[in-house]
Amino acid sequence: MQTPAPVDYVRATSVADALSLLQQHGDEARLLAGGHSLLPMMKLRLARPEILVDINDLDELRGIRVDGNEIVIGAMVTHAEILNSPILFEHYPIFREAEKVIADPIVRNKGTMGGSMCQADPAEDLSAVGAALRGTVVIQNAEGRRTVPMREFHEGPYETKVADGEILVEVRYPILPGSGSAYEKVERRSGDWAVCAAGACVTISGGVFSSVGIGIGAVNAEHFTATGAEAFLVGKEPTAENIATAAQMAADSCDPSADQRGPADYKKHLAMELTKRALTRAAAAAVAVHLTKNGA
Amino acid sequence: MEISMKINGAEVTHDVEPRTLLVHFVRENAGLRGTHWGCDTSNCGACVLWVDGTPIKSCTMLAASAAGHDITTVEGLEKDGKLDPIQQGFIECHGLQCGFCTPGMLMTGRWILDNNPKPSEEEIREGISGQLCRCTGYKNIVDSIHWAAAHPAENEVSA
Amino acid sequence: MTAVQEVPISAGGNPIGFGSMKRVEDQRFVRGQGNYVDDVNLPGMLHSAILRSPWAHARIKSIDTSAAEALPGVIAVLTGKALEGIPRPSLLGDNFAWMPTLSYDTQAVLATDKVRFQGQEVAFVIAESRYIAKDAVELIDVDYEPLEPVMDAKRAMDPGAPVIRDDKGQTDNSITDVHGHKTWESGNAISTAEAIARAEADPNCVVVTQEVMYPRVHPAPMETCGSVAHMDKVTGQLTLYTTSQAPHAHRTVYAMVAGLPEQKIRVISPDIGGGFGNKVGVYPGYVLSILGTIVTGKPVKWIEDRGENLMSTSFARDYHMTGKIAATKDGKILAVDVDVLADHGAFNGVAQPTNYPAGFFHIFSGSYDYPDAHCKVTPVYTNKAPGGVAYACSFRITEAVYVIERLVDCLAAELGMDPAELRLKNLLKPEQFPYTSPTGWVYDSGQYEKTMRVAMEIAGYDELRREQAEKRARGEYMGIGISFFTEGVGAGPRKDMDILGLGMADGIELRVHPTGKAVLRLSVMSQGQGHETTYAQIVAHELGIPPEDIDVVNGDTDQTPFGLGTYGSRSMPVSGAAAAIVSRKVKERARIVAAAALECSPDDLEWELGRWSVKGDKERGKTIQEIALLSHSSLELPEGVEGHLDATAVYNPPNLTYPYGAYICVVDVDPGTGVVKVRRFIAVDDCGTRVNPMLVDGQVHGGIADGIGMALMELIAFDTDGNNLGGSFMDYLLPTSMECPSFELGETVTPSPHHPIGAKGVGESATVGSPAAVVNAVMDALAPFGVRHADMPLTPSNVWRAIQGNPIRVDMAIE
Repeated sequence: MQTPAPVDYVRATSVADALSLLQQHGDEARLLAGGHSLLPMMKLRLARPEILVDINDLDELRGIRVDGNEIVIGAMVTHAEILNSPILFEHYPIFREAEKVIADPIVRNKGTMGGSMCQADPAEDLSAVGAALRGTVVIQNAEGRRTVPMREFHEGPYETKVADGEILVEVRYPILPGSGSAYEKVERRSGDWAVCAAGACVTISGGVFSSVGIGIGAVNAEHFTATGAEAFLVGKEPTAENIATAAQMAADSCDPSADQRGPADYKKHLAMELTKRALTRAAAAAVAVHLTKNGA
Repeated sequence: MEISMKINGAEVTHDVEPRTLLVHFVRENAGLRGTHWGCDTSNCGACVLWVDGTPIKSCTMLAASAAGHDITTVEGLEKDGKLDPIQQGFIECHGLQCGFCTPGMLMTGRWILDNNPKPSEEEIREGISGQLCRCTGYKNIVDSIHWAAAHPAENEVSA
Repeated sequence: MTAVQEVPISAGGNPIGFGSMKRVEDQRFVRGQGNYVDDVNLPGMLHSAILRSPWAHARIKSIDTSAAEALPGVIAVLTGKALEGIPRPSLLGDNFAWMPTLSYDTQAVLATDKVRFQGQEVAFVIAESRYIAKDAVELIDVDYEPLEPVMDAKRAMDPGAPVIRDDKGQTDNSITDVHGHKTWESGNAISTAEAIARAEADPNCVVVTQEVMYPRVHPAPMETCGSVAHMDKVTGQLTLYTTSQAPHAHRTVYAMVAGLPEQKIRVISPDIGGGFGNKVGVYPGYVLSILGTIVTGKPVKWIEDRGENLMSTSFARDYHMTGKIAATKDGKILAVDVDVLADHGAFNGVAQPTNYPAGFFHIFSGSYDYPDAHCKVTPVYTNKAPGGVAYACSFRITEAVYVIERLVDCLAAELGMDPAELRLKNLLKPEQFPYTSPTGWVYDSGQYEKTMRVAMEIAGYDELRREQAEKRARGEYMGIGISFFTEGVGAGPRKDMDILGLGMADGIELRVHPTGKAVLRLSVMSQGQGHETTYAQIVAHELGIPPEDIDVVNGDTDQTPFGLGTYGSRSMPVSGAAAAIVSRKVKERARIVAAAALECSPDDLEWELGRWSVKGDKERGKTIQEIALLSHSSLELPEGVEGHLDATAVYNPPNLTYPYGAYICVVDVDPGTGVVKVRRFIAVDDCGTRVNPMLVDGQVHGGIADGIGMALMELIAFDTDGNNLGGSFMDYLLPTSMECPSFELGETVTPSPHHPIGAKGVGESATVGSPAAVVNAVMDALAPFGVRHADMPLTPSNVWRAIQGNPIRVDMAIE
């Protein structure tokens, strides 16, 4: 079987320790989180760092917690932990829907949110979720912490705002009371990367959309989102016609390329279809939440 | 580098290169060849074993990362000369043919039951969906895990 | 589940004969104690890795191995040039750089002049560890001059297409078989053409033409291919542990390739992690491990990566087929003609009987009663990996079943007739057997309509059609697909069938020890089928010895008699018969011993399971165990009669056996996304006598999953630059537990009249029969959109495109 090229290994004992190790080794060092992105690349010898800084012992990067009006997910939280988190399910069912279709249960036991996001595959699901929810990424370096909106996190395929010598420590999501969220994904087979995926998170007030977040993955949507479609919907009634118009606008803003997952025309169609389905379900859920609260 | 971990309850220490994959450490250094590998891309699950009680794909983990942890492999399922119900279930329901995916399936099957003693067919199918089998079409694997659910070990019945 | 006659149960709780029985082999597998080739570790063993071509077609200008050789831990680096320098004392070429294929072509062991497919073997590194070997591969510097690759089989024969096999002095990409033919035909071309022309001219008839492609797929067993070779320099003994479905045939090939004396070669197939035809071929890696041990004097292990497995070893299918079916308007089939363009890759490495260059494809006339059929197959070279008969295809019957079953459905669509009704109208009748098909096969037995009706009953066919109509009315798309298949399996007879001149007959040996325990030695080799269990049951059935008292040995050429191995579903039809016959020989020997002991004539004895007794005096008798001891005792035997009960046999099948089945698949299609969900799969197989019904069902389960995989996701396509687009499990998608429903099985039992126990074999039935059922179901679902055909795999994008009237060309990169 394939084997990685020679590499050195060190275990970080704290975030500060990890940062100092990164600083010491420069761009020859790579952080090792769950390993599900990095190790396959190393086995194919497409990645050949000189030293791995293992951050699996860093409990300060673990945990899902509510902090004020935000939910905070640590970088080393595994996909399985996100999938099973009652906190996330209560506020954002979209996480469970997305995680259910990320890789497979065994990979989810080890793969981490931070690792997935920093790999920044164009079909990565949590990027689409993060865009829909307008999360904020917290990055730490030797100078301290800085924040980057999810919608500015990606520099391009496989490139993010996390620079050499930096660690993504957590992502923060604002809690939107009464919101509804949903995730839709088409894959060629269970566990495959998305052909296209779309997530939506909406609130409805006075019978109209009061906020709309759309996340779209795998079809080259700018910043994994569709701001024109979002703006179109705000203030409008959640009718099938409005949603269809927005979904078409979202699809029109994508620029997918053909590969073995499908031709560009199909992917563009999916961007429309899945955005429509995600918005429809999210709107229905938001309405339901709203009614429940009123009734209580 | 010198790496120590507990495998099936026994402390194992070897001097290996840092790049050594856990699956190779277990197979070549510890000599436990029940854990297999079948791909290079974390897709097939032939290499599934437990780290601290949780199944992971050992072709996608460095042995160095496993140092200090508790590893359980298929060789650790049999206790006091008695097969685990999950092993018996695979025999009873013809849950294996070539046997190559079997150790990984057994480890995941046991884990599914440890967390959910009465899983539905859908829950079992979801649970083993990261592991490929080319022989059985999965039906008898599902049945085998169900068999084990219906026949917990005697010492667990009273619990 | 199976209606077998009552059989006694042994002290070990097993049936003394046929019936579901837990497998003997499972005891080691569930403990992680299987012994696969990568588990073999010999003292002083070295490891290896192969440098493979990144190009599909390129001239090798130079290879620099100096940096690799200088890496600490590297023992040797071999290139094609080096192999050219090793003289070979054999009739099959004068050096080791090239080897013969199983189709009388040549294949490079390591490329010398050119590389001809992406992934081709270029250099071989032997090192102290597998990690170092991989490191060294990266240090080899090859200077390639890229050439235009031929990736589209349809353009391979265009004038001006680059010539791939210039090494053979070819001027085009045609393939000439061992008989000197560039195309291969079967059936009656003239009568078929006339029948189709008559139908075209007749207003009461229709002719439907459909192009269908069975794209390139791969068997992809969970264990990749590999070997450990060890040459003892002192004794000259070569031991090869290897993933081989045919250890004896492989030994003979190695004797020819390496010029080694055959008695000095021992081939051992340890436990095999799935074969499906992937482990029939002789690959350069195996040969290189042998050369490696000869060069280094130490054991050398070679184990493929998954990518190497998918890109270089034994692909399957790659058949472009155009079929024409003629019928009356009331649905009576009149004639079928099929024209095939067969993509064989860069070396003609097809593993099939010599006289059958297209395998058994000409069984394509199927399960139906009509007089005229004809096919023409034209093979071509392309810049793709060699192979061609693999993945449980029954020597290309899977392509044949696919084309006829698609054609029948296209005809049903054209006629507006229910596809079940159309099939029932044309299925062969029980009284027609033995039935000689228009292409010359002699089907042995069948009750086709009965089997079809059992499948329809399990499915609730009429109810499904009602549900479909209701759903269509509200814009939901479910599909019901049927496939009815007939296979011919169990090659020989040896007079008609051989591979590289080795007749397809199989030896067997049964020893009965003095205590009545037995050892059966087989030529065929399990890759998970459960031979250790099933064959003990056959001996138990014949001799009454409990199966737990019978050990079955397979996979070691020093311990088993010669035979052609396990593929083409031939174990049960050939070695299953051999097991019964050798048991009957033992039984007859036992009769003589028993007669001597009972002081009567052998003619006065009668057999009931496990015991000879005097006719009319049942009390006077001897059990097989008592007779076994007597046969080794001082008991005086008639003059000319040897002691002991041991016997050997070679089984040369008089004909193939013809398992068949009726499959029904139910799918739900989401037209908005193109996603197909297989909701139900019903399989009713008739494989004759079922020795172990539980294992038969297991074989069928696996084959259905294969069919779902091929129909919906498995594919090796190439881009125009020659890149293999299915070279890992991220790209070559195998079905998971989520895509497979809980299969619903049924059975009918129509024994083969010419097989000693009436068994027909079932190993490939479901892989052969199921793809058409799935595709037919999806096409049925899409019928309201006017869709009649789209090629496999029916991925979401392909289904959506089919609805748009623009299905994807699957063998090339999606654009």
